[in-house]
Amino acid sequence: MTDEPLIYDLSSPGRRGVHSPLPQFDPVDPGDVLPSSELRTDLPLPEASEIDVMRHFLRLSHKNHSVDTAMYPLGSCTMKYNPKVNEVTARTPGLADIHPYQPPETAQGALELIYELEALLASITGFPAVSTQPAAGSQGELCGLLSILAWHESRAETRTQVLVPDSAHGTNPATGTMSGLEVISLPTADDGGIDLQNLKESLGPGVAAIMLTLPSTLGLFERRIAEVVELVHAAGAQVYCDGANMNAMLGRVRPADLGIDVMHLNLHKTFSTPHGGGGPGAGALAVQAHLEPFLPEPRVVRKGDTFALAEPSPTSIGRVHSHLGNFGNLVRAYTFIRSLGAEGLREAADDAVLNANYLRASLSDDYDLPYDRTCMHEVVLAGTRQRRLGVRTLDIAKRLIDYGIHPPTIYFPIIVDEALMIEPTETESRESLDNFIDVMRRIAREAESDPDKLHDAPVNAPVRRLDEVTANRRPNVRRVPESGD
Amino acid sequence: MYPDDLGYTSEHEWVRADGDHWLVGITAYAQEELGDVVYVELPTPGESFAAGDEFGTVESVKAVSPLYVPMSGEILEVNEELEAQPELINEEPYAAGWMIRLAASDPSERDALLDAQAYQQFVNELRA
Amino acid sequence: MSYAPNTDADRAAMLRTVGVESIDDLFVDIPVQHRDPTLDLPPALPETDVIRHLGQLGALNATSDDLPSFLGAGFYRHFVPALVDQQLLRSEWYTAYTPYQPEMAQGTLQAMYEFQSLVCDLTGMEVSNASLYDGASALAEAILLCRGLTRRPRVVIAETVHPAYRDVATTYTSALDVDLQVVPAASRDGSSVRPNIESLVEAIDDQTSCVVIQRPDFLGMVVDTDPIVQAARRHGARVVVVVGDPVSLGLLVPPGDLGADIVVGELRSLAGPPAYGGPGAGMFAVKSQLIRRVPGRIAGRTVDLDGKDAFVLTLQTREQHIRRERATSNITTNQALVTLGATISLSALGRRGLREIAEQSLTAAHHAAEALAGAGAVIATDAPYFNEFAVHAPEGAAARLDRLRRDGNVLAGVDLSCVSPRFDDLILVAATELTTASDVEALAAAWARSR
Repeated sequence: MTDEPLIYDLSSPGRRGVHSPLPQFDPVDPGDVLPSSELRTDLPLPEASEIDVMRHFLRLSHKNHSVDTAMYPLGSCTMKYNPKVNEVTARTPGLADIHPYQPPETAQGALELIYELEALLASITGFPAVSTQPAAGSQGELCGLLSILAWHESRAETRTQVLVPDSAHGTNPATGTMSGLEVISLPTADDGGIDLQNLKESLGPGVAAIMLTLPSTLGLFERRIAEVVELVHAAGAQVYCDGANMNAMLGRVRPADLGIDVMHLNLHKTFSTPHGGGGPGAGALAVQAHLEPFLPEPRVVRKGDTFALAEPSPTSIGRVHSHLGNFGNLVRAYTFIRSLGAEGLREAADDAVLNANYLRASLSDDYDLPYDRTCMHEVVLAGTRQRRLGVRTLDIAKRLIDYGIHPPTIYFPIIVDEALMIEPTETESRESLDNFIDVMRRIAREAESDPDKLHDAPVNAPVRRLDEVTANRRPNVRRVPESGD
Repeated sequence: MYPDDLGYTSEHEWVRADGDHWLVGITAYAQEELGDVVYVELPTPGESFAAGDEFGTVESVKAVSPLYVPMSGEILEVNEELEAQPELINEEPYAAGWMIRLAASDPSERDALLDAQAYQQFVNELRA
Repeated sequence: MSYAPNTDADRAAMLRTVGVESIDDLFVDIPVQHRDPTLDLPPALPETDVIRHLGQLGALNATSDDLPSFLGAGFYRHFVPALVDQQLLRSEWYTAYTPYQPEMAQGTLQAMYEFQSLVCDLTGMEVSNASLYDGASALAEAILLCRGLTRRPRVVIAETVHPAYRDVATTYTSALDVDLQVVPAASRDGSSVRPNIESLVEAIDDQTSCVVIQRPDFLGMVVDTDPIVQAARRHGARVVVVVGDPVSLGLLVPPGDLGADIVVGELRSLAGPPAYGGPGAGMFAVKSQLIRRVPGRIAGRTVDLDGKDAFVLTLQTREQHIRRERATSNITTNQALVTLGATISLSALGRRGLREIAEQSLTAAHHAAEALAGAGAVIATDAPYFNEFAVHAPEGAAARLDRLRRDGNVLAGVDLSCVSPRFDDLILVAATELTTASDVEALAAAWARSR
């Protein structure tokens, strides 16, 4: 048994939770209007009381760590504070209780919000055109690559390869494959940047694009970005930027100014629409003018004082969502940007970068630092020194749990042995960072003096380490009804 | 560790003559590097491969590794026990953990494979 | 303003530790000519003002309180119990992320497992993932799965599958070797419309990787799917069923019992109001032999070192962060918070509640049809339907809908020309348990006036 039974185990025949609405009409018997062969005879859902359902999920929630619990320095995920006002605005009835297919005349506020949000994101990134339709970063990537392919096609060019640095998120190569492209991995240079010589050799008439992450997943800004962009463009290819790390650049640089052609943004990261326990996110796509004709449709356009959906476009890559994306999250991102303004956004980037560098400077005596230079919003440490003591990065991560801190991203980027990818974000205070530093140092001492403390961790969490091997060999992914149930 | 009667590839597969056919699996070194094997994806009997082609994948909790055929030929049989008990690959990599039975189209390809001593040396270099 | 807590004194002390003089020194890797642009953004708004501003934008939209609404077409306004949103506002749920560290995410993981179990029970399937982005992308992923499984190029897709889902599937497969063939699965006869199973059956051949049908279909019809399933079996094609409205599963035979290999659908309506179409949650459930080809996250049950039951993300080798360019899908997150809402909603409604709101939806739709017929409308749907049906508008759906809204103050439905130009004189009308008798009266009165 788990501490908390499954909702099914709280079920008792005949018990009920909430009551359905009072009947408005004489009931129609389903058997009178549908063939009996189409009607199900059983519906094996739980029967639980409202209070039991409420308590069950409340108790489950208590087993989670969250940003509002304590520090959550999960690299690459930008686990910053989620402002509560965002939750208020997203629940405004006029923004929540509206139907995607109601006529645009009756949804002017929603269309205006999308139009204005796209304009704000254009200002922040420097790109002239933005689509907020993609439901997540990965969908933004797919739209970005398909747009690039459509552009090549419009110039009667067929290109079948995409270059992806070996430090990239796994979504980049996976998106390349979904776009029908051959993925060519680029090795990272010794300073953590792109190896220009290798790039030159990899670029050819078959290359459609390079996908790079800026700042990179090593937390480093690409110092040779100008040369990279020039080389890629000279080869007739396009530069795609994975904008997962935009938080480092707000008000400090507009990626479009660097010559990047297309970029996606993770609104749930940089613009703090919450992560929701693993989604929903939102993944806006920003492009230079030459790629605008290919953006997903329908697009929101302004006609004088009113807003409308543009007519279908023959050049668009098509839809990736049933309507206009994760609107509820667009409301939150819009609220966030309007709350901070230009100065607030820049301050966010500044503090995010300062916080990461403060951790870098404070922890480099106790942990290896594979790329010893100024970082941006995150710092990648390596548990290689501890490995020699028989302690793995996984053990360090699990020991952090005992101290009430969510572990950083581990074993990523894959090019760093025993990687610990730490992103504090701007919303951690100096005291909070000092506590993290103190805990990390203490763990480094424990690795020397009492490694089993790390091997056994966590001991203060709701459960200890899990048997993942059995979970994978003989997957149990649903509650199997008991016979006669 | 590396039986003498097997041929080895630098991708860590082994091959063993079995009557007119050949059995293929992965080496003790490979299973050790992978850790606990949780799943193996194998081809359908009847499919043909050239030496060096990928014939399936083997998975641990956090990794997927491709499997390559050491010799060209047609798949006659796959080890169906592995579906329910992938741990056989860890426990008996050269026996119950075999993966495919092959009808080789060119048995002389066997001569190009590493022998046990050469493979042992190769592994030693990897470990160094 | 930002939400950053540090003071200038904090920053000064931290800069000393870092060993630089100013924050500017941390940004020197950026090419100097592009450093520190001026962002053209409106001034920052305090909380009070931003709430007022968003309230004003919201006031420009008509909600279902402003205009009686019979809009459905994949997005339904269903009863979502009050406790759902109370839970969704808990920080432990919404400010957490993907449960990468299971020891501190047992809440999210167990909720995912319960969600997967509920989806299996509703659909009659054996394995569910923890959701995809929405119903449309779930269909696209189902098609990609079948392509990888069968290595056949053709997809037979009924015209009566949600047109936006068809569009998204087209986009997702546009760069791949996939031939999507849309088959007219409904035929016109004067003002009426009825299913055309034969055309689907005939379209399935030995090169077909899967056949995609919707149930209830986009026109609301509940069609006997057996001939389609049989044809697919004969040709070795897989059967993908799109669930039109998840509440219909409270009444209808689950797709798993009909022979579906994959079931997809949109679950938004179980978790909250339509929110202008998103965020939704894409349901994705399969038969057990497909488990290792399922895209997206899956929670599994296991034990910890002490033998205590616990939950963990499992079968992660399917996913892009491990498989990289060998992955068949690039999906990363699921829609955890929306599926949590659906899980709580289904738990609170329970066996009886879901069945009741399904029956009430069916009842409301049939009363709406009767009232429209009484107002002189011709009901076009010539087949059994659940909670959605088509009405004939001889002068054209668009023109009639416009008049119904302007003169009658109702949102009467969706213009079915989105399915096919052959349907540009049909309006799709949906009702649910939240449709009131006065809504139906308003619709009938508006129709009578607009003739």
